[in-house]
Amino acid sequence: MKYWKGIEELESAPEFMQSAFAEFMPVKESHESNDATSAPRRDFLKLMGFGVGAAVLASCETPVRKAIPYLNKPEEVDPSISNFYASTYFTGSDYNAVLVKARDGRPIKLEGNPESPITRGGLSARAQAAVLSLYDGGRLQNFAIKGQKADVKQVDQEIRSKLAATTGRIAIVSPTIISPSTKKAIAEFAARYPSTTHVMYDAQSATGLLQANSGVVPGYDFSKANVIVSLGADFLGTWISPVEYARQYVVNRKVSTDKRTMSRHFQFETAMSLTGTNADVRVPIKPSELAATTLAIYNFVVNGTAIGEVFSAKEAGGKSDPRNAKLQTAAQELKNSGSTGLVVSGSNDPAVQALVTAINQALGNAGTTISAAQSNVRQGDDARMAALVNDMNNGSVGAVIFYNANPVFNHPLGSKVKSGIAKVPLTISLNDRLDETGSLCQYAAPDNHWLESWNDFEPKAGYLSLSQPVITPLFTTRQAQESLLKWAGNNTTYYKYLRANWRGITPTDAAWDKVVHDGVATGTALPTATAMTPMSAAAAASQLSGAAKPSDTIELALYEKVGLSADGCGANNPFLQELPDPISKATWGNYIAVPHAMAVAKKWEQNDVVKVTANGYSIELPVLIQPGQANGTVGIALGYGRTLAGKAGDKVGENAAPLAMTTNGIQYMNTVTLEKTSSTSPIAQTQTHQTLMDRRPVVQENSLANYKKDPKKVTEYEKISTPDGLEAPEKVSLWQDYQYNNHHWGMAVDLNSCIGCGSCVVGCQTENNIAVVGKQQVINRREMHWMRIDRYYSSDTHKDSFETKGKLSTYAAMEDPSENPQVIHQPMMCQHCNHAPCETVCPVLATTHSTEGLNQMTYNRCIGTRYCANNCPYKVRRFNWFSYYSNDKFEIVNGHMFTDLGRMVLNPDVTVRARGVMEKCSFCVQRIQLGKLEAKKQKRRPMDGEIVTACAQSCPTEAIVFGDMKDPNSRISKLLRREDGERAFHSLASINVQPNVTYLTKIRNSESEFFAPEVEEKA
Amino acid sequence: MNSIRLRSLPHLLLALVLTFAGIQQTAAQATADAKKEGVAPGATAAATPATAAAPAAGGGDAAAIAAGDALFKGNCAQCHAVNEQVVGPALAGISKRRPISWLIPWVKNSSKVVASGDDYAVALFNKFNKQQMPSFALSDKEITSIIAYVTSQEGGPVGGGVTAKNAAGTDGKDANAGTSGAEEGAGKYVDILLIVLVVVLIVLVVTLVIIGNLMKDVLRGRKDLDGRDVEILEQRFDWSKFYRSPVMRGIVGTVFALVLLYEGVQSVMAVGLTQGYQPTQPIAFSHKLHAGEHQINCAYCHTSVYKSKSANIPSANICMNCHSQIKTESPEIKKIYRAIERKQPIQWVRIHNLPDLAYFNHSQHTQVAGLQCQTCHGPIQNMEVVYQYSALTMGWCINCHREMPLNTKDNKYYDNLVKLHDTKNAGAPFTVSSNGGTECSKCHY
Repeated sequence: MKYWKGIEELESAPEFMQSAFAEFMPVKESHESNDATSAPRRDFLKLMGFGVGAAVLASCETPVRKAIPYLNKPEEVDPSISNFYASTYFTGSDYNAVLVKARDGRPIKLEGNPESPITRGGLSARAQAAVLSLYDGGRLQNFAIKGQKADVKQVDQEIRSKLAATTGRIAIVSPTIISPSTKKAIAEFAARYPSTTHVMYDAQSATGLLQANSGVVPGYDFSKANVIVSLGADFLGTWISPVEYARQYVVNRKVSTDKRTMSRHFQFETAMSLTGTNADVRVPIKPSELAATTLAIYNFVVNGTAIGEVFSAKEAGGKSDPRNAKLQTAAQELKNSGSTGLVVSGSNDPAVQALVTAINQALGNAGTTISAAQSNVRQGDDARMAALVNDMNNGSVGAVIFYNANPVFNHPLGSKVKSGIAKVPLTISLNDRLDETGSLCQYAAPDNHWLESWNDFEPKAGYLSLSQPVITPLFTTRQAQESLLKWAGNNTTYYKYLRANWRGITPTDAAWDKVVHDGVATGTALPTATAMTPMSAAAAASQLSGAAKPSDTIELALYEKVGLSADGCGANNPFLQELPDPISKATWGNYIAVPHAMAVAKKWEQNDVVKVTANGYSIELPVLIQPGQANGTVGIALGYGRTLAGKAGDKVGENAAPLAMTTNGIQYMNTVTLEKTSSTSPIAQTQTHQTLMDRRPVVQENSLANYKKDPKKVTEYEKISTPDGLEAPEKVSLWQDYQYNNHHWGMAVDLNSCIGCGSCVVGCQTENNIAVVGKQQVINRREMHWMRIDRYYSSDTHKDSFETKGKLSTYAAMEDPSENPQVIHQPMMCQHCNHAPCETVCPVLATTHSTEGLNQMTYNRCIGTRYCANNCPYKVRRFNWFSYYSNDKFEIVNGHMFTDLGRMVLNPDVTVRARGVMEKCSFCVQRIQLGKLEAKKQKRRPMDGEIVTACAQSCPTEAIVFGDMKDPNSRISKLLRREDGERAFHSLASINVQPNVTYLTKIRNSESEFFAPEVEEKA
Repeated sequence: MNSIRLRSLPHLLLALVLTFAGIQQTAAQATADAKKEGVAPGATAAATPATAAAPAAGGGDAAAIAAGDALFKGNCAQCHAVNEQVVGPALAGISKRRPISWLIPWVKNSSKVVASGDDYAVALFNKFNKQQMPSFALSDKEITSIIAYVTSQEGGPVGGGVTAKNAAGTDGKDANAGTSGAEEGAGKYVDILLIVLVVVLIVLVVTLVIIGNLMKDVLRGRKDLDGRDVEILEQRFDWSKFYRSPVMRGIVGTVFALVLLYEGVQSVMAVGLTQGYQPTQPIAFSHKLHAGEHQINCAYCHTSVYKSKSANIPSANICMNCHSQIKTESPEIKKIYRAIERKQPIQWVRIHNLPDLAYFNHSQHTQVAGLQCQTCHGPIQNMEVVYQYSALTMGWCINCHREMPLNTKDNKYYDNLVKLHDTKNAGAPFTVSSNGGTECSKCHY
């Protein structure tokens, strides 16, 4: 099998090969002077002279530093001791129960709340990055009238008098609200102004799903599913509640000698999604083929009709499209699985969703894979929003209040919203900044950040959670609910309002305190959702069968990124902008994902800018050749192209929302025309940086069938030749082994559980004060992430086809970039080698080995030779090419290290690295040291699970296990004992660097012949 | 005779120079030794009796007392001492005064006990100006261990002995004073001896010069001298030739260059060092008065020194615990009132500044290692104005880590490590560095 990270690597393009193995990309430095050779030297001398002088001057006097204690110290706050407060992250997309780590009164990190029965301690990448949004300088820092700073009282007074005088409808526009108390406050506002309606819409709408399920999202439970068929639902990455679903999904994906079964996952989708990369069988389909696919499965499962020729591809050359066979298998296995089967669909078409509901009913999975606990995290109604937009334009709306809603940017009818706002007499924005919508409103009463607010949430029926303020409001803002109550004539604080509202659930103070402490509770508080009339399955079936067949036009699929949400509200968060997309590994901006065949046919190359037109709206974006993108389709991510998000988020990518179809509700697809322009625009991808291709096994995978046969034969262990025959590499060594008396820290990464979501990457970034470098530096291969998730594609052609296709054509097929490759994700961080190649080459001993197995990096000793990075086989070392915290070039992207406001997010236990030093994963040594110290203070050994790295802690699927390998009862020791000789392997084992990070072979529940012979031969 | 006399002058001078240099070096050596002695062995000697004394005195369960020790310092020491009344009553004899069944609810929630109308509680409450004792979320077992600890400390050094910690501090201090005093005595004796020798030498030189001049005069008085003798008699040493000789110039030049170089290196090495830094503080707070004369436990004000990275500068409300009543007229204390009224926190000048790249944790050294504050902060109890006592250089840290044996006593964390260490290198002390305490990422990350 051949692994490759990108098309350029697979094709071995000469420019790529030139730079592939270079650790550091040569970067052209420009000088203003014409005499390029002499100027730098003179500059150097000048600078050096100045530098020496400055150093001498600076060293003469030590600056006076102040120590300023509290006037009246709060009892629970001690300087330099972190406190954790339970809270909740929900900004209209995914729900996460969190613990907020507050240091000296400042929130510095979010961690998953293990008490939550929904997210169970996992955290999404978006939630990890959310703490940075608190310190976002782009937030509106005061109340405003027409964009000018205004007094709170004046704003209140004017709004109240204008509201009282309003004739016509008053509308409150918001994304989904799952807070019972907020809903009550809105109801109170509506009682005061009876013409008020509350319109919710979701930037990634699920109206179709809601309509088919009486207004709620069914309580999916992937943990009980044996067969999962996903029709375009990216449930691991972005769909409805990804952290919850990922957590459930891996329950039946983890394997061990004792549990040699796993669920089978079929994915039918257009753009390669995170979920698609994890599927056992992935079938690329056009968006317009989704209806037919659903209908075929429905007919097969419910009516027993055989699956016919659903797909007909021209390339099949008269033969049946191979996708039909896969659909047949999926439908058959789904039917066989009965109540342990589950079908989900990301489509927003009510007819498709009606059929999906009917299939699930026919399977009888209510109570198993669909539980009674329905989800509330999507409540938007496209039809009501569209009606409101019309009303605004025809002048029947008297006032509109935008509550954390930015429809001008993220609604497909954004331009109509914009024209509508101009016609509404009173417009109020409660948004946290003067964004695309807020800047058009007359009044701005900015809401607090959620870390400054009290609120309650009911993400699923019967499950409640709270958020509590961890810091006093940084700016002159007011919680939106309080604003609404105030305008309704209720002057109570929202805390009191919330507390009163909770009397029914927590009658006593003690019960309330417990809920505030735990962050979660059980109970129901939300009013029942308004049921929508579902479409009958028969009507849906006839509607879909009558639908037009897919034509030859190019279809567009709009999708949401794992990092940036479709509503664009994280756009000014540089952590999210620089988080590489799990599949394309692109950062800073969106692009047109194009299948390879289309690029060849149209003679497009990567980075060529193409103009996309639909609905009379066009945008220009660069092309990215995306393996796995369905033929005849292109994909564009939503949520980019903000114009008023803030310094970091403005003008990154283009807004694709207006390209969506708005005829039948909102459909995130359309037929588009594409037109090449003459320009190119580089896409900042990290995928081929630090390449590992063509080395000995870096990553390993095998099939479930082989694993069932013999778990000891699924992993290939390399042997080396010695005079005594073949031996394991560690038998022969130049170096002496270390002895670990105290601790021996180690990490195990289960590639079966890793879904590639990137939560660990952002978790690591916030924990370790890792700089954001911006698009140009990513292009220069200078991203600073200590942890990356390597994504490998592998071709689906195999030596097995020798007999059927002949050797030559099989090899030729293997060379072809795969249309629909298999994907494997591998988290890669410093492996903390016991025989570390970096340690031996450092001339100043800045990188050394500790008595606990850590590979230590000492910044203040490093002189920046970069020998270590060159010698690192895993390419995990990062060099500080600039002072990212003080160089003006990085003020926009790395702004949080520049201002006093932003610096509040930095972890005080971790040094901010200076220019010219190397850095890398430290196994979160600050956490190890703290955990050990706590144990010593209590005169005991550290308990397992007490000391975890930021990545292991944030992982929603518990793919990363960290612990003390000296402790025989630790989770990691047990895991490694269990998997030793079975799935446990070291990356690049043959070079005998003896890493402390162990990987567990990925097991796929796909056709076994894909893997079989190779392993049999070698075993 | 003459020639001998004249030649002896340079020799004498050389001898003098050498002697002075010698004196200086011995003196320097003596002070250096004293410094070294003052830090390491003194402190450890002090630490050992403190830990050893506790069980012996109380006779209670050692583990409970140890646990109680920590709990007491963390929770009670802010207001209570064992043998002395501080904010709250002295706790000595508490187990005899009140039954344990009364004490547990009292510690957990004193206001509840007062509200219940308990006579003793109400009397106590009134006696201490109706100042409430805060509630503590301690378990019954923890409270019992605190009482065990208190009992073990009863009858400790009166007045001075606030807690075992302070007692040990006093011991350590005395021990330090003892050693350095002895060294000082020896140094003085040598000094006196040298001064006497120098005086004798000067007298000798003067005597010799006088004798020489007398003999010259006698010779000049004689008329029977021939030309050669007169020449010898009137011969003068040609100094200018001596100055101009290349050897002399070379020597002087080299010495000058060496001195410059030495001074240069010394001053460069001292860049950024702030040992002895003693800034003026916004309020003339005296550690000598508070920590020295009144023996207030360090942790009373620096509340987090046993539990956190930083030994916090006390907040104004801690000052107010006492100064709401004591010395309310003092102009310095009025500054605190003013700060509270204006809601402007007091801006103290930070004395001990570690660079950001170094991680230092107080609790590691106080709670785990059981070190005295004085080990690094010097005789803080004698400082009117605090200054930086230690160099706070990396070399200073590392030296201590190399020499200091780990405090592994009664700490289960170290049990197995001590065993392993002893089997491998019996006899060698189990120092911080032998447990990896000098590795880079113990302090730099």
